[in-house]
Amino acid sequence: MTEEIIIAGFGGQGVLSMGKILAYSGVMQDQEVAWFPSYGPEMRGGTANVTVILSDERISSPILHEFDTAIILNQQSMTKFESRVKPGGTLLYDPNGILHHPTRKDINILKVEGSRLAVEMGNPLTFNMIVLGAFLKAKPVIKLENVKKGLEKSLPERHHKLIPLNLTAIEIGQENLVVVQIAEAGC
Amino acid sequence: MGELRLMKGNEVIAEAAIRCGCDGYFGYPITPQSEVMETLMTLRPWESTGMVVLQAESEIASIHMVYGAAGAGKRVMTSSSSPGISLMAEGISYIAGAELPCVIVNVQRGGPGLGTIQPSQADYNQATKGGGHGDYSLLVLAPASVQEMHDFVILGFELAFKFRNPVMILADGVIGQLMEKVELIDQRPRWTNEQILEISGEWATLGKPSGRKKNIITSLELDSYMMEKNNLRLQSKYSQMKAEEVRYEAIACEDADYILVAFGSAARICQKTVQIARKKGVKVGLIRPITLFPFPEKIIAEYATKVKGFLSVEFNAGQMVNDIRLAVNGKTRVEYFGRMGGIVPTPDEVETALEQRF
Repeated sequence: MTEEIIIAGFGGQGVLSMGKILAYSGVMQDQEVAWFPSYGPEMRGGTANVTVILSDERISSPILHEFDTAIILNQQSMTKFESRVKPGGTLLYDPNGILHHPTRKDINILKVEGSRLAVEMGNPLTFNMIVLGAFLKAKPVIKLENVKKGLEKSLPERHHKLIPLNLTAIEIGQENLVVVQIAEAGC
Repeated sequence: MGELRLMKGNEVIAEAAIRCGCDGYFGYPITPQSEVMETLMTLRPWESTGMVVLQAESEIASIHMVYGAAGAGKRVMTSSSSPGISLMAEGISYIAGAELPCVIVNVQRGGPGLGTIQPSQADYNQATKGGGHGDYSLLVLAPASVQEMHDFVILGFELAFKFRNPVMILADGVIGQLMEKVELIDQRPRWTNEQILEISGEWATLGKPSGRKKNIITSLELDSYMMEKNNLRLQSKYSQMKAEEVRYEAIACEDADYILVAFGSAARICQKTVQIARKKGVKVGLIRPITLFPFPEKIIAEYATKVKGFLSVEFNAGQMVNDIRLAVNGKTRVEYFGRMGGIVPTPDEVETALEQRF
């Protein structure tokens, strides 16, 4: 199993930390992992993205042209990454702020209203965990118990009291995944 | 098995330095390697192992602090990124001339000048052909994974002391920022003064006991005949490195028609290119030089008579390709593909370049 993922959105949405928790969870499941961020003069409000690779084998390139899954959290990232999902791959997005919805027929398209659900939960900071939950529902590549261990590993101890809240957010994401389209066969 | 962690390449440089018993780090922050000193400052090794961590006023000051501490037989290091390494060039030449051991990490970014903060390999020539003035060579290690960032700090100190020569770890922004699993060595003690006396007492300035001649650390020698002798000694050291320390990895080369040659993160990208090309039925292999000086010229010369061509893949305008051409010596075609200025090519892009050139 190899799962090549790009997570892309605004700086401040928790894109990099969501990737980090996913990578840590992969380590807890004895997988090979790679986490490679876009880095540069990005700041809150600018674009940020991270490549996460989970695999049973040694990982070759952390730099990829195409992805098994793209998790897209703003319009700029939709424009940039829709074309870079492998045929038959998966595009998961939050429709909040998306003006041009994905149009490809040869990929699975899924959505989760992460921004809205996070506000309803009363804590907008849970946004990235809701999206992570939706991803894990769509692609159950990591067991939930290992995500919990990943959270414990990646969060500093003083934040461990927030783990139950994060796990609730993951559950909400899992429950609110919406399938928009299944890839057309033969595409 | 040692402790397993998920870490960034830059962070692991700091962790490995502390764990292998490094005595001092002197540096100045610059993207994309600032996490090295940030991590050291967070871990506060001066409270545990007694290792000194100091942010100097500039790169020029940091390399000369390394010079001073290395002269006292201590295991010391610095790290920077391309423009900072240029500032250090004078000091590096002095350290090589004075024959002192140290580890210098360059997490390269795009140049020339201040350039960009994105990954690059455009300092290959600077690292392997000098950088500073005079006939000197650094032993240059090129890590291609976070684990190798860890391992090469330890190996770097071993080689630096074996040859009394500066060792450069030539990484780039990709490996510096990349997070992977890494197995850490257990904490080793720093050398005691008695150990330093035993290991480096013949040359290090540790205070002169009566009855022994003075140890003098200098690169200055105004008598040209003596200076030529010094140069010959340096050259014989570099020959010994060529004989004993060449390291490389050859992947899928046995049946290959074409061989990619790439180092550092470019080699990771090329591993995937090998997979893509082989799925299409093209027999492609990869040679990854791990030591850039000494360069693995023998293995390349061996394959030169067997393959239809080499493609050098670099994040620069074509620097290592010249060393490949020297090794191949006209026996087969040697082409170059690369991107510059902080652009990192994808595995598919390399595969297309291979198809176009051959």
